[in-house]
Parts: sequence; C-alpha cells; structure tokens
Amino acid sequence: MSFKDKLLSSYIALEDYLEFDSPLHELRNNAIKIFEEKGFPTKKEEAWKYTSLNSLLKPDYCVFSNKERNVELKNVRKYFLHEIDTYKLVFVDGVYNSFLSETTHDSLDVCLMSAALNKSKYKPIIETYFNKIAKSDSLTALNTAFTKEGAYIHIPAHKEVEKPIEIINFSTGNEASMFLQPRNLIVVGENAHVQIIERHQSLSSNEVLTNSVTEIFAEKRAYVDYYKIQTDEATASLIDNTYISQQRDTVCRVHTFAFGGNLVRNNLNFYQKGENCDSTLKGITILKGKQHVDHNTLVHHIAPNCESHQDYKGLFAESSTGVFNGKIVVEKDAQKTDAFQQNNNILIDDKATINAKPQLEIFADDVKCSHGCTIGQFDEDALFYLRSRGIGLKEARALLMYAFANTVLESVKIPELKMRINKLIANKIGVSLGFDL
Amino acid sequence: MLKIKDLYAGLEGKDILQGINLEVKAGEVHAIMGPNGSGKSTLASVVAGKDEYEVTRGYITFENEDISDLDPEERAHKGIFLSFQYPVEIPGVSVTNFIKTAINETRKAKGQADMPAAEMLKMIREKADMLEIDRKFLSRSLNEGFSGGEKKRNEIFQMAMLEPKLAILDETDSGLDIDALKIVANGVNKLKSEDNAVLLITHYQRLLDYIVPDFVHVLMNGKIVKSGSKELAYELEEKGYDWIKEELV
Repeated sequence: MSFKDKLLSSYIALEDYLEFDSPLHELRNNAIKIFEEKGFPTKKEEAWKYTSLNSLLKPDYCVFSNKERNVELKNVRKYFLHEIDTYKLVFVDGVYNSFLSETTHDSLDVCLMSAALNKSKYKPIIETYFNKIAKSDSLTALNTAFTKEGAYIHIPAHKEVEKPIEIINFSTGNEASMFLQPRNLIVVGENAHVQIIERHQSLSSNEVLTNSVTEIFAEKRAYVDYYKIQTDEATASLIDNTYISQQRDTVCRVHTFAFGGNLVRNNLNFYQKGENCDSTLKGITILKGKQHVDHNTLVHHIAPNCESHQDYKGLFAESSTGVFNGKIVVEKDAQKTDAFQQNNNILIDDKATINAKPQLEIFADDVKCSHGCTIGQFDEDALFYLRSRGIGLKEARALLMYAFANTVLESVKIPELKMRINKLIANKIGVSLGFDL
Repeated sequence: MLKIKDLYAGLEGKDILQGINLEVKAGEVHAIMGPNGSGKSTLASVVAGKDEYEVTRGYITFENEDISDLDPEERAHKGIFLSFQYPVEIPGVSVTNFIKTAINETRKAKGQADMPAAEMLKMIREKADMLEIDRKFLSRSLNEGFSGGEKKRNEIFQMAMLEPKLAILDETDSGLDIDALKIVANGVNKLKSEDNAVLLITHYQRLLDYIVPDFVHVLMNGKIVKSGSKELAYELEEKGYDWIKEELV
C-alpha cells in the first residue's frame, strides 16, 4: 500500500473519533478530497521542480502513535531557550506533554489546538480564523484533514506578551518511522506583541516526516516576531507550511535558521491585506552531507504602501543542495509597494548545488521592487588577507561564513536566542571563534 | 632575517619575478621602488605566501628556515606581516574582533593560551592612541566604508598589535594625506627596533622622508637592477626611472 493510500484509509479510521455534522468535519472531508485528488506534489509541478519527496514517501510511517513515551527534562533541556523564562508548548510524538510545557490562560491563551477545537469558548476564534488563510494545496489539505493537535495562541488586543513562547515538537523514535502533522493557530490581536520560537526535534535516529501547518493572523498594528530553528537529526524531514495574514500597520518577521535535517521544505507565505504593512523574511541556511533545504517564499502585496524585506543567506558544503524560490506578487491596488529580495549563496565544495529562482509578478505601476541573487565561492583575496594575519584557513573560512550570515543574525531580537544560534552555527561549521556576532 | 635567493615566481606559468636576490637583516629598513608593473606587489604577496603565485625557481628563507612552502598563516606566525595595498572589506566583523582572533590564533599556533581580555583591551587602546585612532572606529566592520587613509592606518594598527619581526608595507603611503602619512610613519618608527625589520614598497620617495631606509633597491621587470643608499631615492624622484633603463643598456 502506498503512503497516500495508507493516509486515506487512516482518515476513515480517524472519522470514528470525530463529531459528525460539525463544520470542522466538513472542512476535513473537503481537505481529504483535495489530497486524494492531488496526492503528494511531484517534480512535474513548477513549485517542486528542485525538491523530490519520493524518498520520503517510502517508509511505512506510523500515522497515529499508540505508544506514549515520556521524555526527561534533563535530556531535552538543551533544546529549550532555558536561559530565560518562556511559555512552552511541548509535543512528544504529536501528543501534548504537560510536564514539559508551561501554558497560560491568564490574559492570553497559550494552549492546545485540541482544546480549542473542542471547547465552545474558543469557537468564535476557531470559526473566524481556522483554515482561513491556509492554501488548499495537497500538503496543507492533508494537514487540515488530520488536524488534531498543535499550538493555539491567542493574544488579545493591546497585550504585549512579556516573554517568548516556545513551540517544540519532539519525536522519540518509539516507532520505526513516524509521520507528524502539527497544526498551529496564532491570532495576534490589535496592537498586541508576541515573539515565538518554533522547533522540531527528533530524539533518535529513526525516521520522522513532519508536515506542519501554521496560520498566523496579525490584526491591525500587531507585531509578530517568529523564529524557526531547524537543526534536526539527519533522519528527520520537515515540510513547513506557514501562512501569515497581515492587517494594516502590522509588522511581521520570520527568521528561519536551517542547519539540519535530511530534507526541509519551507513554504512561507505572507499576505499583506491592509495598508502600511511591513514583512520581513530572513534565513540562514548552512548545509553539508546530502542535506536539502528548499525555501519557497511568497509575499503577496495586496494593499498599498507596504514593504517587504527578504534576505536569505546560504552556505552549502559537501554534496548538499539548496533551493530558493522567492515569489513577490504586487497586485494592481498595491501602489507604492517597496519590495526587496536578496538571496546570496556560497558553494563551499564542488559538489554542492543551489537552485535560485526569484519571481516577480507586478501588476501595479508605481512600485519599487528589487531582487538580487548571487552564487559564489569564498573570496580568495579575503581569505589571503585573514590568513596573512595568522588566522588559519579553517578559521578564516569560518570568519567569512559568520560575516556572511551576519546581516540575518543581527536582526534577531532575543539576545539569548542570538547567542544560541551563534553556537549552532559554530557547531555546524566546526569552528568556534572567540566572539559572537 | 629574510633572504631571497634567485627567486622566480608568477601566475599561470608566467614569471613576474625574474631572479630576485635580497637580504634583509634585523634592524634594517629596506625600500623597494620601481615603476608600475615592475613586480613590487607581487614580491610582497609572494613573501607573504599568497597561494595563487607559483614559485618556479629559487627560495625564500626567514631566520634561516626555508619558508617557500609555508601557508600564509604559518608565515604570519613566524613574524611576517604584510600591510596590504588594498585591504579587503569584511562586513560583519569588527576591527576589534578581527584583531583579537588574529592575535589568539597566532598564540594558539605557538602553543600559548589566549591573551587575557583585560590585557588585550589595554593593548588595543594603547596602539589605537599611538596611531590617533578613534575608539569608535574599532567597533566598525573591518575596512567596510573606510576611507583610503583609514584603511592604511588600520593596517598599521594591526601591525602594531601583532608586533611582527618583518613588516612589509605595500604602498602604505598611497591614499594618505600628509598628516595621515606622518601619523602612520611615526607609528612605524616607534615600532622599529634592532630586532625587527621593515620592507617598504613604494612608488614615491615621499614616504622615505619619514621612514628613512638603510637601503634602496630599484625593481624593474621583475629584477632588482640597482641598489644603493637613501640618496638613490632622491635621484629617482628627481630623474625618474628612465636613466636606470639607459644605464642598463
């Protein structure tokens, strides 16, 4: 049985547990139909030209884990931003772990999707926002059909959340191969501020495939600062589908640090629905071995007087592969748009590959759009300069890598997170410099 | 200290240096002058160990050890410093972090522990003051957006921090106004001792008014064609290089 067939029959099994005739059930039914029709994307689709899911669909994934496994804090503490106080939503093999989590209902909701879907007090929010911005592509639809658990975060108007919220999905390897589909909904009310850190972490070398969907709604004047830490094991793959809807005067920033995993596909979509929005999409990708990371971004400028800033830096060693597919759409009414996209890549070894494809679709006539893409190697003159000062080749390369990544790192607003990312970079490139950037 | 013997070196099979012989002893200042394209900067890069140049004949010894096959960083660890004609811009790395890394990497190579932070800071301040460098300048990204003069002053600052045995100053005077030139020259003179040596590479005699050489060599077509005392520099300034060409014929 193919993985697709297995999922379709699993859905029928899941239906036994669902409430019939609820609006949500109808949503699920429609979604599974979309998945049934479209199936998993293939390289024939333009958006998947450089990324093949074939090898990921072969294992006999466990879709619902029956065995529960606890994880001990001491073993996973390092994956948290433990230097500072945070709210935490922790899921182990797709199941909420109350022991490791720190939720709240005190003036804001940081809790569970399962609760939000089932309790009547959350109904207005779910009805207003759930699955309202997510696309109906097959992977998102697959997640929608199976929506069970994930983060539910609701920040009411004018609330400035005093500490970051961490969303961590652990997989323990209690199944030989596990398929996870977390579903997050984040609603940030008018003039509210929030910082969120999201991480997927496998705790074994068993295979994991995660198909995650996150919807973020920023109501007017809201500020959302979101960090994705992708430093997973070499046997873990991730398809991340993130949708951000911005009302007027909002600032939304997503930083993606892709250093690990087997295959990662980031579908990051921004929709600017009101005037004067500011969107920032930044990423550092550092890969080696046979790792593959595909950043597929969309910034949809719908309203006038908005800005978007994209800055993706990639360093590719050994036979790793990177893809950057950045699309900017400026609608007819989105006059005075200022859209900027930059993608710089360094190929460290001969066998490394990067496929970069900027796409601009502009229907307005008074806009400023620019994009720049570079693919290069280390600057030999810069290397000689550093080495002539006594800095060894390996360290000199590391220094240039740090310098290269710095434009992304410098805009991380949580100092402890920035330090942590510095360490992750040092680990990844195998050189620790005597300073942090 | 530095001995260059019958050195042929160049790029892609074409020798730019065509049989250089030069000896620089501790305590000496040598100036290498010559017209554009004579191989001055190539000589500086070859001594500092730039990979892309290939030595096809001859050798370079430093303190009686053949360094022809050493990497640039190994030569730096032995005490060779090159002040670049065109220092490279490295955005994202501050002058301070860069120099700290350079010093500690050099110490590591010698089996020494990192320099204590307080000592490093004190040294940075002293050397910056000596070269009249503003403290704010030290937290800027290395060479990024620096004026020509700032870049050169920053090179001499690095030299002051690294305290090399042999400093090769490649066109350090270019891009400097007279005040900056005096500050830079003053810095070099203060660092000068009986135990170290300076190799000045310059187009003009102007710098030699401030850093007085013991020997002046004229480089033409990849060869040292004439050597003499500092008076030779004045003669070159006055008469240009043509008379040497004629003399050679």
